[in-house]
Amino acid sequence: MPETLFQKVWNRHAVRVLPNGQTQIYVGLHLVHEVTSPQAFAELRARGWRVRAPERTFATVDHIVPTRGQARPFADAMAETMAEALERNCREHGIPLFDLASGAQGIVHVIGPELGLTQPGMTIVCGDSHTSTHGAFGALAFGIGTTQVRDVLASQSIAMSPLKVRRIDVEGRLPAGVYAKDVILSIIGRLGIKAGAGFAYEYGGDTIARMSMDERMTICNMSIEGGARIGYVNPDETTIEYLRGRKFAPAGAAFERARAWWRSLASDPSATYDDRVALDARGIAPTVTWGINPGQVVPVDARLPDPRGASAADRGGIEEALEFMGFQPGQAMAGTRIDVAFLGSCTNARLSDLREAAKVAAGRRVARHVRALVVPGSQAVAAAAEREGLDAIFRDAGFEWRGAGCSMCLAMNTDRLEGRELCASSSNRNFKGRQGSPTGRTLLMSPAMVAAAAIAGEVVDVRAMLAQAAGS
Amino acid sequence: MSARVIRRVAGPALVLPGDDIDTDRIMPARFLRAITFDGIEAHLFEDDRRSAAARGGTHPFDDPARRDARVLIVGSNFGCGSSREHAPQAIARWGIGAVVGESFAEIFAGNAAAIGLPCASVAQGDLEALRRAAAAPGAEFVVDLVERTVSAAGRTVRAAIPEAAREALISGQWDATGMLLDRYEDVERVAAALPYARNFNG
Repeated sequence: MPETLFQKVWNRHAVRVLPNGQTQIYVGLHLVHEVTSPQAFAELRARGWRVRAPERTFATVDHIVPTRGQARPFADAMAETMAEALERNCREHGIPLFDLASGAQGIVHVIGPELGLTQPGMTIVCGDSHTSTHGAFGALAFGIGTTQVRDVLASQSIAMSPLKVRRIDVEGRLPAGVYAKDVILSIIGRLGIKAGAGFAYEYGGDTIARMSMDERMTICNMSIEGGARIGYVNPDETTIEYLRGRKFAPAGAAFERARAWWRSLASDPSATYDDRVALDARGIAPTVTWGINPGQVVPVDARLPDPRGASAADRGGIEEALEFMGFQPGQAMAGTRIDVAFLGSCTNARLSDLREAAKVAAGRRVARHVRALVVPGSQAVAAAAEREGLDAIFRDAGFEWRGAGCSMCLAMNTDRLEGRELCASSSNRNFKGRQGSPTGRTLLMSPAMVAAAAIAGEVVDVRAMLAQAAGS
Repeated sequence: MSARVIRRVAGPALVLPGDDIDTDRIMPARFLRAITFDGIEAHLFEDDRRSAAARGGTHPFDDPARRDARVLIVGSNFGCGSSREHAPQAIARWGIGAVVGESFAEIFAGNAAAIGLPCASVAQGDLEALRRAAAAPGAEFVVDLVERTVSAAGRTVRAAIPEAAREALISGQWDATGMLLDRYEDVERVAAALPYARNFNG
């Protein structure tokens, strides 16, 4: 019987049916960070349990690290306390920790793939909703809460119910200036932010097949913003070539055995899905959020919605969002003045993201009124970017070049919006208060669009700026 | 390990209007800067509460008449966004014993069930009726997990609770770790059959 990747991986990890009807699922990789784990370790200690599989558990510090002034102890005493707690817990339980001194530190969803820890066919969990990122490799990867972090530490398994699978086909060549970020924002805009509840999203079609692993990670990362806890892409040669030679990937003959197993897990061509959706990539424009959830999107050359023309169900949400954002119904998206530009996060802070943004920034200057930050997703991304001279391009243009971390995506560190600042951001959430100021406002967009907005001082269509660069 | 049996939650209700309320609003990230959950309920909806007060209003969680609420009534897609368990932890520690709404984000509902906080979904029309019933501050609400109902003001409506969560709560087995450790040899057997668990050697 033909199966989806979801079914194949689920079945290979199913331990038994639990008394409550859920399935106990073996966890192949448990990623840990400093925010959602200390309470779990404390409970483990209180109950006298040990970490069952420290060799399948890896930790890093990302949410609370300052992106400048990274010397220890951190200036922020609470950040220092949290880092120390993680270090103590990892030491006590024999868990490898990629800390600031390691050279391999970074956002947990950036370092897992770049170290080769993330592999096709695994079940991967982390106390972080953007764990869906790792689905780009054909893994079943999902975010969990702290109580479940405790469960996984203690039992290397988790209780869960199976999901339905929605196949999302994206077909056609993406126009110049349109990126993976625009694709996923368009998908969420079309399906809505709660359509994914109960589903895993399987992304396919020739557009996805042509995408690099970095781009696929951007797509899978934001599955959760569409309500889907899991998003994945079937493993193919792009996946396999990405993994070749990575630190924790198999090597030599073992790599060839792995390749065969990985390829065997892809959904069968005749697999049936619980739902199917198709999207034409050729019709996607650079896309920007205008509201307070990631489903409130418009093409950059379009106007904001008017609640008077909306359905009764949508009206209240549109009114609330317009009011919070301080926008008028029907106003043009382009030309909206920004205060801050943030290029970073687990969605879009990989090397290729920085390259695309640098193409826009090269030879230009950030607008005088804009505070612009580039925060690489990991120390490895930062080092690679510096080897290519991307840091110099950004610095020369007036961007700050920072150390790796979650930074202003969620502002648990010193990077945050002030007052009602409006931020052009390559991150994943535009919720009220998300970037650290209760009244701060976020416009989500691609890294190239963030760079373009930083330079223009307002939201602009990056396609025009790219055409200008090509013509000059 | 067995936990407290939760068959019904009874008490006054508190209505939180709005759909798509994300966990960043329930618990802004800056309050996650801690290594315990102790006292986290003090920051529940902090930014929304301050914003309401600044406009001269009163957020439902600041209404003294609702301080003894046990049932929280919300809209649709409650708890979307971040997986932070700090959100349901704060709601439970504030004193809420059950959340009733049109729908819940998946990770939130799972986290809530894992700490013994049931999330019950009701039809939109029934939700309106429950909101009206809650207008009287002292009105008694009963969320019955055994019967799968929510009752208030003489009216009883059907409620859907994910079966696994319901089963776990009414049998007192919502603390999963013990169950997961019960037959650890089965976990080891599954791991042994996975080629990546031995890094594809042999």
